[in-house]
Amino acid sequence: MGGMTSALELRGVTRRFQVRRRTVQALDGIDLTVPEGQFLCVVGASGSGKSTLLSLVAGLDTPTEGTVLVDGRPVTGPGPDRGLVPQAGTLYPWRTVERNVAFGLELLAVNSAERARRVDWYLAETGLSEFRRSLPRQLSGGQQQRVAIARALACEPEVLLLDEPFGALDVQTKEDMQVLIRQIWLDTGTTVLMVTHDVEEAVFLGQRVVVLASDPGRIAEDITVDLPRHRDLSVKRTPGFLSLRATIEDLVRAQHRNGAVVS
Amino acid sequence: MAESQGDRKDWPPLPSRRRPRRTSPLLTIRTPIPGRARWVLMVLSFAIPFTAWLILSEARIVEPRFLPTPGAAFSALWDMARSGQLWTDTWDTVRRILLGFGLGVLVSVPIGFTMGSFQAGRALLEPVLGLVRYLPAPAFIPLLLIWLGIDEAPKIALLFFGTVFFNMLMVADVVRQVPMPMINVSYTLGARRGEVLRKVVLPHSLPGMIDTIRVNIAAAWNFVVVAELVSSTTGLGRRIMQAQRFQHTDEIFAILIVIGVLGVLIDVALRLIRTQVGRWVV
Repeated sequence: MGGMTSALELRGVTRRFQVRRRTVQALDGIDLTVPEGQFLCVVGASGSGKSTLLSLVAGLDTPTEGTVLVDGRPVTGPGPDRGLVPQAGTLYPWRTVERNVAFGLELLAVNSAERARRVDWYLAETGLSEFRRSLPRQLSGGQQQRVAIARALACEPEVLLLDEPFGALDVQTKEDMQVLIRQIWLDTGTTVLMVTHDVEEAVFLGQRVVVLASDPGRIAEDITVDLPRHRDLSVKRTPGFLSLRATIEDLVRAQHRNGAVVS
Repeated sequence: MAESQGDRKDWPPLPSRRRPRRTSPLLTIRTPIPGRARWVLMVLSFAIPFTAWLILSEARIVEPRFLPTPGAAFSALWDMARSGQLWTDTWDTVRRILLGFGLGVLVSVPIGFTMGSFQAGRALLEPVLGLVRYLPAPAFIPLLLIWLGIDEAPKIALLFFGTVFFNMLMVADVVRQVPMPMINVSYTLGARRGEVLRKVVLPHSLPGMIDTIRVNIAAAWNFVVVAELVSSTTGLGRRIMQAQRFQHTDEIFAILIVIGVLGVLIDVALRLIRTQVGRWVV
């Protein structure tokens, strides 16, 4: 385990489900190493096992074979070292924004002064300071996702897990959120594992993009994104970005066709 | 493909219908109605039955010994209130509800919470509860009288058994409404099982639990009157029974008014609590 530190490592991870006597191979022998501080995006058509992969890393599901290691230790269940941000609808509706963000710190019995200081920082980082006393239902969809991100970050996770976090947002809000999550990543240095079906988003955010093939879910391609570390939205119009995006979209489409039932 | 699909040109035109006319909001499905119309309708909902009662009784369309006039009913109410009997009867009835239904809530909420949170609890209890809740509670009155005598115990037991099973199943349903992703995220924020139950499942379920209590206390009202009709020396139900013996329909009506008003008061109180607890509910 010496040498380079990897925040996350998957060794021969396989997950099979039993669906009405039929065995579905959601993931088949996934080997993946994510170095500390990397922003990794996983793309794939629906049914390619993207979300299963994330559940396994989160510890909400157990692999049929293989192991998941976080910070060198095997994952045996969910924990605050792997903060999860799903698509929508997981904020505690009876808690104000600041009390949502403070949830993990309350569980750790962090004293109130220290808690307030940290909550303040994450609220400022996600641009939510003025909404601290609002209830989730008073916020827009984009603001709600900011709260979910701040809440996960407050636990200082080893890996931040994003499960299509912007999938339910309109295009403008989505781009704002992409810029925001990139800035957070630069500011905190957290390792990020993000699952998305939006290839443009994956190329804009990721330092690396993994394409999953469906049925059985395997790694079809592992691509390093050769774009500058500091990017703004204008990078999306550069030839380098566009050609990479086209390449990956073709890969995803090809995998989708392979997996699709031909009539 | 195209040849097998045929030609759209030889299709006959679809039948046409006249365009619908715009309808008034009062007759349009789920459309908000003007504030004044709402008020008028709400007043009418009391005024129409009351006027019908007034006309039928005052005009002697129905004989007074069957249908007393509103005046007679309210003066009977006044007499019973002055003699103090109304208050002792009301308190006896309300006390039975507090004891029987209150005990039912104390038992059903924790059990329903367990059924809603753990598949094991559901598998163990739901089959038998599904059967037991269809046994009408009043059918057990004779048994309860044999087992518990004729004092307060059988009445409280009837209220308890009449409401406890429904409340359990309804609380379990409320608890199951907590979205699984919310529970999962709580684990990834470091919550352990007990903390998820206390800090996520319970607060999420509280408003719904108050709703189930609101629904089931109405059933408790039914059972308490049934219990008092069968065997009792006190209570509003007992008083109705006695009035019937002397053909005092005015007293029966007076007591029905009291029961109705008390029911509404309980409902309003629970609704106030519900709005306080459930401020966050959309």
